[in-house]
Amino acid sequence: MTDTLSMETVDLAAVSLRDLNAGLHAMKGRSGHVRVLNPRGAHSLAAGLDADLTVEVDGDVGYYCAGMNKRARVLVRGSAGPGLAENMMSGLVHVTGDASQAAGATGCGGLLVVDGNTSARCGISMKGIDIVVKGSIGPMSAFMAQAGSLVVFGDTGDALGDSIYEAKLFVRGTPKSLGADCVEKPMEDHHRAALFALLEKAGAAHAVDVGSFRRYGSARTLYHFHVDNASAY
Amino acid sequence: MNDHSKPARTVPRFSATFDPYTLSEIRRAAETGIYDIRGGGAKRRVPHFDDLLFLGASISRYPLEGYRERCGTDVVLGARHAKKPITLKIPVTIAGMSFGSLSAQAKEALGRGASAMGTSTTTGDGGMTEEERGHSSILVYQYLPSRYGMNPDDLRRADAIEVVVGQGAKPGGGGMLLGQKISARVAAMRTLPEGIDQRSACRHPDWTGPDDLAIKIEELREITDWEKPIYVKVGASRPYYDTALAVKSGADVVVLDGMQGGTAATQEVFIEHVGIPTLAAIRPAVKALQDLGMHRKVQLIVSGGIRNGADVAKALALGADAVSIGTAALVALGDNDPMYEEEYQALGTTAGAYDDWHEGKDPAGITTQDPHLAARLDPLLAGRRLANFLAVMTLECQTIARAAGKSHVHNLEPEDLVALTVEAAAMAGVPLAGTSWIPGQGGF
Repeated sequence: MTDTLSMETVDLAAVSLRDLNAGLHAMKGRSGHVRVLNPRGAHSLAAGLDADLTVEVDGDVGYYCAGMNKRARVLVRGSAGPGLAENMMSGLVHVTGDASQAAGATGCGGLLVVDGNTSARCGISMKGIDIVVKGSIGPMSAFMAQAGSLVVFGDTGDALGDSIYEAKLFVRGTPKSLGADCVEKPMEDHHRAALFALLEKAGAAHAVDVGSFRRYGSARTLYHFHVDNASAY
Repeated sequence: MNDHSKPARTVPRFSATFDPYTLSEIRRAAETGIYDIRGGGAKRRVPHFDDLLFLGASISRYPLEGYRERCGTDVVLGARHAKKPITLKIPVTIAGMSFGSLSAQAKEALGRGASAMGTSTTTGDGGMTEEERGHSSILVYQYLPSRYGMNPDDLRRADAIEVVVGQGAKPGGGGMLLGQKISARVAAMRTLPEGIDQRSACRHPDWTGPDDLAIKIEELREITDWEKPIYVKVGASRPYYDTALAVKSGADVVVLDGMQGGTAATQEVFIEHVGIPTLAAIRPAVKALQDLGMHRKVQLIVSGGIRNGADVAKALALGADAVSIGTAALVALGDNDPMYEEEYQALGTTAGAYDDWHEGKDPAGITTQDPHLAARLDPLLAGRRLANFLAVMTLECQTIARAAGKSHVHNLEPEDLVALTVEAAAMAGVPLAGTSWIPGQGGF
């Protein structure tokens, strides 16, 4: 692949996933713009990128698309399988369709935007990533979420934020239930300002009214193991 | 002369069922209302390598000259798929132990000792530190459910990746590092508030089951451009199926940890009552590899209660390619050293029995984040002690292998072994000494 800003097209009907990823990895330290055709649900597509790259994928992707992404911008025009942008460090991953389980799992940084819905465990063990889901999310989302923000335009499944640490959850719809130690918290002006700034980064600041969101986070009652809390564990 | 003024009495007799330790645990539980947490592995007596003996050469087998004829000890790990397999000079590696559970000095010492002997160390739950990367010539990076400190840069600068499914002390369990050990540095590495009790999940967050694991392993290979050997570590519980599924999922190396394998902190009831002994786990795992035509192609590393070169030789004879040590390595560094007896007494224990590693008060400066205690451990000296210990283990293993007529420790085989007990014979699949009887396999 070239190191110019010109668009290069890679057709996965003709090129192996290994060759695509190897080429993208070889772009480290350079910039570029790559369009991927015929992903046909390939797993680990654009995983492990570390470059000022824009990767556009025309179609659905399988597991772990953009896993451990650093700096790159990955746009999927389609839906994504489990583990989308898992352990992302920085950059932007945007999926125009839906995402399956564990979207943004353990992510440490960067921004993940899903235009549709996500399945269970969205943002599980998130460690600093920001996630914006324009639809609804499944159960056990933000389980043990440590840091970062999860924004949901729709509803959530059961046990939102179970055993949550310091991550911030903003939900416009209704959580089916909250997990252990996850509570609703006051939504103050600085929270609304921070949410607006995040939505601006996601290109969705004017799509919704930040005043319509409710905030959830940790009650911090499980931070120290105590027998009196045994029923919560 | 008997004192006939007092009636004859029997001496006080303790119950075998309600022995003094059990009674003390009942009293402790009644007082606190919470289970006991400790470090280390199973302390109960279970069938182990001590229950096996080597036969040695005789008329039918020629021994090798002890000090003159070569007996190889090298091990190649990960040649199945990795572009850059690992070559160890000795078949003994250092098991995964985290910075956090151990001091930075202890991690450095492990790296120094292992590197001096040409073998590997392993990170733990909490990420990779500069100390261990800098001092470990071969470093295995653990990929754990918590993903604390996980990042692609460390993944790429590791020499191998170990996907941890479970460990012998607690198959099916997660982890806990109490707040006393969550120092500012440990907290930062794990993205957690300082001083809280840190929990580690028992399941990986983004895969479930062997089909997912295969895709996860492929992702790790893609991210690292297929360079790194990928291990899968399991706690010994269903070793035949776990080994087979790990191989099916694409592992280069299977790490099998028996119930004597240590942990930084887990419930006593978990350590002593979940999982099976190392001895019982090896043959089923080897059978799985053999059934798949993968024995010696996918390497098997065995851990849990390995203490000396005889244990190494016995594990290899049963089919392992290498072993891993954790507790023994810590003891070599200075853990539980009688020189700190007064301080162990002050902690309510005694040298040799100290296992409250989670409290961070280790007088030897190993299982602690207290800077004053940690400073007691000299990484240079402790590293040299570990290197010495590894050298002795290797020499002992070679001594046995030569006596059995083997020019490489991997040539040891089950036929070189007999068992002292029926249980060990059944578990190891070798005859009871003096008979040709292997329980469950016929004979007499």
